[in-house]
Amino acid sequence: MRTLDDARSRALRAWSALQNNTRPLLYVGAGSCGLAAGAAEVLEAAERYLDAKRLRADILKVGCIGPCYLEPLVDVQMPGRPRISYSNIAPKHVPDLLDSFFEKDEVFTRHLVGHLGSDGCDGVPRFFDHPMLAGQVRIVLRNCGLIDPANVDHYLARDGYRALERCLALSWKDVLEIVKTSGLRGRGGAGFPTWRKWLVCRETACGERFLICNADEGDPGAFMNRSLIEGDPHAVLEGMLIAAYTIGASRGFVYIRAEYPLAIERLRTAIGQMRELGVLGERILGSDFSFDIKIKEGAGAFVCGEETALIASIEGRRGMPRTRPPFPAVEGLWGKPTIINNVETLGTLPHIVRNGAEWYSQYGTETSKGTKTFSLVGKVRRTGLIEVPLGTPLRRVIYDVGGGVIKDFKAVQTGGPSGGCLGAEFLDSAVDYETLAAAGSIMGSGGLIVLDSNTCIVDTARYFLDFTQVESCGKCVPCRVGTRHLVGILDRITHGHGEIEDLDRLERLAHAVKGGSLCGLGQTAPNPVLTSLKYFRGEFLAHILEKRCPAAVCRDLVVYRIIEDKCTGCQRCVQVCPTGAITGPRSEPHNLDMNKCIKCRSCYEICRFDAIAGDAIVIESGA
Amino acid sequence: MSSQPLSIVMDERKGEPADLIPILQRVQAAHGYLAQESIGAISRHLKISENEIYGVATFYAQFRFTKPGEHRIRVCLGTACHVNGGEQILDVFMRRLDVRPGEATADGKYQLDRVACLGCCALAPVLAVDERIYGQSSVLQVQALLGEAERP
Repeated sequence: MRTLDDARSRALRAWSALQNNTRPLLYVGAGSCGLAAGAAEVLEAAERYLDAKRLRADILKVGCIGPCYLEPLVDVQMPGRPRISYSNIAPKHVPDLLDSFFEKDEVFTRHLVGHLGSDGCDGVPRFFDHPMLAGQVRIVLRNCGLIDPANVDHYLARDGYRALERCLALSWKDVLEIVKTSGLRGRGGAGFPTWRKWLVCRETACGERFLICNADEGDPGAFMNRSLIEGDPHAVLEGMLIAAYTIGASRGFVYIRAEYPLAIERLRTAIGQMRELGVLGERILGSDFSFDIKIKEGAGAFVCGEETALIASIEGRRGMPRTRPPFPAVEGLWGKPTIINNVETLGTLPHIVRNGAEWYSQYGTETSKGTKTFSLVGKVRRTGLIEVPLGTPLRRVIYDVGGGVIKDFKAVQTGGPSGGCLGAEFLDSAVDYETLAAAGSIMGSGGLIVLDSNTCIVDTARYFLDFTQVESCGKCVPCRVGTRHLVGILDRITHGHGEIEDLDRLERLAHAVKGGSLCGLGQTAPNPVLTSLKYFRGEFLAHILEKRCPAAVCRDLVVYRIIEDKCTGCQRCVQVCPTGAITGPRSEPHNLDMNKCIKCRSCYEICRFDAIAGDAIVIESGA
Repeated sequence: MSSQPLSIVMDERKGEPADLIPILQRVQAAHGYLAQESIGAISRHLKISENEIYGVATFYAQFRFTKPGEHRIRVCLGTACHVNGGEQILDVFMRRLDVRPGEATADGKYQLDRVACLGCCALAPVLAVDERIYGQSSVLQVQALLGEAERP
């Protein structure tokens, strides 16, 4: 077995060779989001190009660097030149892009984002000066998109496993002290101080303790954990070693959603590499510390994000929560003291241990230290994965990093199905645990969904309640039955059959569900309804009293209309309409029969996006 | 689809209660679904009653009990996909394939599923056909996809 020092010197040489490449090097962002945007086809196109021209170049698949809306991202690093990044590359762009570098020896200027070199590159801006990246502080995401996640050398060369070495030279109490001083709080949502949970576990006398990494990212609209594991799996695994060493755990599990096949593959590869390096298994790096990690694939249940439900699921049972105490830190998996930490909490640990607690706590606010990753999605211009210091005002996140809202800002939804919708009056509020809780929402795991004037608040509340109703495990009656009734009332309102008394009913029922449920799912499920009722009551009233959906979303309350002056009579909508609701001869304004229309959106889309159409079809509020 | 005998799938596991979910996952991966006979075999192997196994299996969204269609279409209805028109994407599939979510088409060719989140929220609305994920999809793209698939 080679020692870690040998491995690291080799890794450093490999990394340096990569930075001073003698052969052209292409980087392709091949995380799940990059692949969804078409990275695989771009990769094929690049290979075809190189084959046809008999050129030699290395191709490196990297994780997500964050600005998903720019995917597929392709970077070109010619010998002696810095790495230059290009956005939204389709296979048809590949020949031009590569011709420019390979044939003309010129920097390609279209689709240009910036360079990632340490020195300047004339005329090319710095990648990290891009407006989406300039406002970020990247600690957890430090390696994402820069290293090849399947190559442990890259991780080692960037100080990988140095935090582990430091820990092994300290006592568990010293490590705990570092984490305590750093102010790190659980990144899964509740924000409980990490060190306090650990101490309870460590002080519980028992021969065996367990550590579980919670990667069951169930919040629909959040993908921070997936991106981190796909882009930098070793950081999370090194974090697990640090946590296990501190709490005295001998076995660890990664509980991960089966919907994340690429992340699972990355973890498997990384765990194999750890064994080879001697940082996993018996007597790690010659110390007394032994630890092993197993992957457990979740089978699809949102409630398994709750600690006791997650434990039940690993034990092979229905994932239903139980009463606490005893807390898992005292009595968890198979009755043994167990710590469950979120992916991001664990991924942060190596950076804290390596750079020191004071360094980490310089970021953030008095009570919320450090940085937090968010998946910034919805009706925002620049969507993607971001990392900002806690305490950053929402306005800066949405407008500076996110580039603003597509139409007019309406609300931002934090905390997923457990959180709430906050309107414009909260734009200057800081994103931290306390501020969000005071507003009736929660921090959650980091989903930030921006809603604009084309999003209906009532429909969004109905959506979340529908989600939690389906995911309720059914143990507590208020949650099982209450969420069903909440969905029923919201359904009625969105269909235009609501009555004014429904608002009171919603509120009373919401409080009953909150108060009468055992676990976080039921206790927080009504938050989307309560916050939207509180901050957007007018929209509920419009649905109930005027039978009108101001955002023109609720299908029973909208009509499709063709604007005669704009219609070019191109017949594209006639061709796509599945019910024959649109008629009219070529070159004359078409006619839309609302009695036949099923509001499928086909005509609206084709009229907006087809080159010869005139953007003449509108969806508007009305019965 | 592999018709790997059930015994091979299960021999790799020792037979502790904690193996139940991994075994169910392996059997489903090999057969495409959990047939009644499979549940019976697992019950004998783990010495857990069939009732209890069904209790666990039906709790989780991953498990299915009927033979799925050959190609699996998953329409994402996570929050970002919902606010960007994911429901209408699902509607087109339902209308064109004449199935409801969770069902297979009459010819057994397609399986339509709605999923809570595929984790590609920045590219919403998202759908997946087998393992290929499509970002920024639209009603029209779905119609084109189905048109291509239907062509002989």
